[in-house]
Amino acid sequence: MKGYMKGKSKKAKGKKPDQSVAVSLFAFCLLPFAFCLPPMNSVLAIANVTVKELYRRKDFYVLFVLSALIILVAGAANFFNDDKIVRYLKELCLLLIWISALVIAVTTAARQIPAEREQRTIFPLLAKPVTRGQVIAGKFLGCWLATGLALVMFYVFLAVVSGSREHAWPLLNYFQAAWLQWMFLGVVIAMAVLGSIVFAAPSSNSTILLIVVVGILLLGGHLNQVALEQAEPMRSVTYTIYFLIPHLEWFDVRDLVVHDQGLIAWWAVAAASAYALIYTVFFLFAAWVAFRRKALNT
Amino acid sequence: MDAIVKIENLRAEYGGAVPKVALQGLNLTVNAGEVFGFLGPNGAGKTTTMNVLLGFVNATSGTAQLFGVDVRQPIARQRIGYLPELTYYYKFLTAEEILRFYAKIFGIAKSEIESCIDAVLKLVELDHARKRQIKTYSKGMQQRVGLAQALINNPDLLILDEPTSGLDPIGRMQVRQIILRLKNEGKTVFFSSHELGEVETVCDRVAILAGGELKAEGSVSDLTQKYNAPLEQTFLKIIGYK
Ligand SMILES: Nc1ncnc2c1ncn2[C@@H]1O[C@H](COP(=O)(O)OP(=O)(O)OP(=O)(O)O)[C@@H](O)[C@H]1O
Ligand SMILES: [Mg+2]
Repeated sequence: MKGYMKGKSKKAKGKKPDQSVAVSLFAFCLLPFAFCLPPMNSVLAIANVTVKELYRRKDFYVLFVLSALIILVAGAANFFNDDKIVRYLKELCLLLIWISALVIAVTTAARQIPAEREQRTIFPLLAKPVTRGQVIAGKFLGCWLATGLALVMFYVFLAVVSGSREHAWPLLNYFQAAWLQWMFLGVVIAMAVLGSIVFAAPSSNSTILLIVVVGILLLGGHLNQVALEQAEPMRSVTYTIYFLIPHLEWFDVRDLVVHDQGLIAWWAVAAASAYALIYTVFFLFAAWVAFRRKALNT
Repeated sequence: MDAIVKIENLRAEYGGAVPKVALQGLNLTVNAGEVFGFLGPNGAGKTTTMNVLLGFVNATSGTAQLFGVDVRQPIARQRIGYLPELTYYYKFLTAEEILRFYAKIFGIAKSEIESCIDAVLKLVELDHARKRQIKTYSKGMQQRVGLAQALINNPDLLILDEPTSGLDPIGRMQVRQIILRLKNEGKTVFFSSHELGEVETVCDRVAILAGGELKAEGSVSDLTQKYNAPLEQTFLKIIGYK
């Protein structure tokens, strides 16, 4: 803990306040991991293997290459030189990035533990001095880092393509948008891990989760208005749902990139990250509770 | 003598529409330095016993301990090596990557990991294939990876579920030699097998299980004397085969 504080303040010194906030934001997200340092060995080893599997399986690339291709084509279409069309294309690309990243995150995270059980690799693994909590944490971390990597590639690609056309480089906007999307994916991956233990089949888990996430993204913010229009008892029920669900729609700040708006206040980004972190930890904890006493070969 | 494995009044059930009792009233002790053979017909409950010892299956009642620690504690598994009955490893990893992964989980010091990997790969004779992904391995080679990962932490107790299944005659002989070598190093080996010949040559004591219950326990010579028949006949008599 002390080392982390020192590293942070050293890095922060002599830089623009914006950057120091970004750095501390990053450090803040690593904070929960600092608390479980001794057992981190195993968690990191599991995460490492998870990431390795993801890049050695070729199916991951299909989506990636496809998105890159479309972004490229969209970039090439820039010759219209019409502001509206450029913006429209950018919006399309971002939508694509959101969908691709969501699909990658959900399908890979939902597959992890069921695949381990089905292929029986879970047995030699759990025969080692590793707790089931560490397995869950490792799987989560692996998927989250892998999707983070995919996000970085997506956004760098988008920034390069659109930057080379527009000659504008709003890097911090890109950073905020990508960061918040990564936080969003953290919650989604944690939900997928929980689902993979509760539901038997990964495909049904993925489907349900995609519907829930898209539902929250589209409707989550409006549930309170929906509640107002309803009669009791549905009204209270809707309100309760509104207050309990993770408001994933808050993390969708695509406009930030499309319309080159001013940056979001850094404290708000930090607060949103903390909010995402709380839900992530909650879902992972629930996953651990469900997995802890589960007999493994039934 | 120290009991390395201690099972008392163990009962284990598999859930489902009709719960299935896989083990009942099982008492078993494996002492330090012993090679202990675990015999029984298909479905007797050998794998289930091992699953309980490794914490995969929860006992309905009774207790199981490794090194005096309840099997539900992860630390009970620090000093054991385990070879599962069906060996499937991460297909997309190479043998050395898989061993490195497990070595990290055991918390083996970075400086020692590579030499540990070299040693076990040499022992199971997979040196030539160490950089190939497991999915390109034959069944016997996968079984060897299994043995290698069971030995990576230089365990004091080995739990092997049918270690010679799928191996060629040379491989079987090598497994016997590995077991005997470990015994000479003072390690404890608890393994299940259907190969009575191999059991006879390496085991200090055996237990015979049938229908989830312990039918006999003791040294091979004691049992064959008691039933006045070679081990195969003795085995058949004990499990009640007519
Ligand atoms: N997952 C399971 N669900 C329900 N019953 C099971 C399960 N696994 C094993 N059983 C039952 O438990 C009993 C013991 O099985 P176990 O696998 O322990 O036998 P075994 O002695 O290892 O046999 P083998 O020599 O074939 O490996 C069997 O009757 C089997 O049908
Ligand atoms: Mg078996």
